[in-house]
Amino acid sequence: MKKSVFVKVLAILTAAVLLLASFAGCASNENTASESKASDASQTDSSASNVVYRTLDEIKSSGKIKIGVFSDKNPFGYVDENGEYQGYDVYFANRLVKDLGVEVEFVSTEAASRVEFLETGKVDVVLANFTVTDERAEKVDFALPYMNVALGVVSPDSRVIKSLDELKADDEVIVITGTTAETYLTEKYPNIKLQKYDTYANAKTALENGQAAAWANDNTEVIAYALQNKGYTVGIPELGSKDTIAPAVSKGNKTLLDWINSEIEALGKENFFHADYEATLAGTYGKDYEEKLVVEGGKVE
Amino acid sequence: MQALGLDVLFKGSNFLRLLEGLWKALGISLIAVALSIVLGILFGIVMTVRNPVVKAVCRVYLEIVRIMPQMVLLFLVFFGTTRVFGWNLNAEAASVIVFTFWGTAEMGDLVRGAVTGVPKHQYESAFALGMTKAQAYLTVIIPLAIRQLIPQSMNLITRMIKTTSLVMMIGVVEVLKVSQQIIEANRMSSPNAVFGLYLTVFILYFVACWPFSLLAKRLERKWSN
Repeated sequence: MKKSVFVKVLAILTAAVLLLASFAGCASNENTASESKASDASQTDSSASNVVYRTLDEIKSSGKIKIGVFSDKNPFGYVDENGEYQGYDVYFANRLVKDLGVEVEFVSTEAASRVEFLETGKVDVVLANFTVTDERAEKVDFALPYMNVALGVVSPDSRVIKSLDELKADDEVIVITGTTAETYLTEKYPNIKLQKYDTYANAKTALENGQAAAWANDNTEVIAYALQNKGYTVGIPELGSKDTIAPAVSKGNKTLLDWINSEIEALGKENFFHADYEATLAGTYGKDYEEKLVVEGGKVE
Repeated sequence: MQALGLDVLFKGSNFLRLLEGLWKALGISLIAVALSIVLGILFGIVMTVRNPVVKAVCRVYLEIVRIMPQMVLLFLVFFGTTRVFGWNLNAEAASVIVFTFWGTAEMGDLVRGAVTGVPKHQYESAFALGMTKAQAYLTVIIPLAIRQLIPQSMNLITRMIKTTSLVMMIGVVEVLKVSQQIIEANRMSSPNAVFGLYLTVFILYFVACWPFSLLAKRLERKWSN
């Protein structure tokens, strides 16, 4: 009996301490949030200690910029056999670094931690195939876009699907769970039967075994797939809402954002992103998709 | 070689990069292990104290470590401390802190189990010989407890080494991340590299963890006499 009372007291104590701790956590989070808002209002004062980001001048005077990139997303951001960062995003990053006249430290980021790195100022810029969405734009500031993304549909040469209307009632379409393709087709085409797979490899096998009429995914993925696998064609290279990929900086870092935007505009005059495409993406996607994928000078047509 | 994509290993400095990644993983985990053993033994002894307040505090700490996934702890320490306190920890330091926080709790629990598992007559004999409490602990109880501790703590150490694969989430490029980078960089030219690389990583982790198992076996044999 005595023991069970003791255990109960312990349990209550534990719960109380945990609750208190979580309240304390929330409270302090709110504090910092409101502080950073306040500092945004009086933004010109860059020396304020509670600002997470570094301004353009601070980066310049420190002589080093930290850029978050992917290190395993060939051909956008990856590391080659000599340990050097390469890819479409990195090519652009290197140019920014050169024009800024500083050294660069690339930080390897994961899709799930990109926003967090910016919110805490652990990197100055994220150039990691970052698709602009409203939800993300609440937490970070996106600069002008430098690439397009949309959905695409790939199908076997024996029956190329050029429009979703061509699908017959019993035709199924492969999607990977959790992708924009799944969300889009479920919302806009509820009548199309979907075959859902968890991994890229399973979806690929299903298409190759003829289990479905077509496969819908990000267009960069399906284009690369069709180029690597004979007998498949991307019948629909662009489907659904067109999204863009853009650099992102910490919320409120206006000086750096303005500089990147002016840089993107200026680079448009020398057709920089076309050169970037030819150096990094042409090997995977060929020349045919250059105009579809590249955004030059921050202007989406 | 071709079928397993092992040729990719010897392209450029790939193999060296894998070893550097392993070195980084081992650096983080072994520093954390060393700290955890020292702090864990202290924590374990504190846990055997019969004061209810001390017990409650220890219990809360242990439960937090058990409930929280290491990934969440990593995010909390790496990003959270910047948000709340404005500290700018580097990713390696944050990893060592999280792994030590985790290792100390688990090690402490093992020590507590081992110390309370020492038969009562050992305490009584020690006191009967006129030892003080400190003497009894230092010369009798702890040496006995450590023997009990070896197998489980080796298990903890190898688990800590393997869990370093999580630190890639906060930007540390360790052995598994390097292997993923190599696989992706060669996605077109050698799609089979995935087998060869993961096999290599398996062997590297094995080489890193095997000595601890050997050491454990040796100590057990030595002390059983």
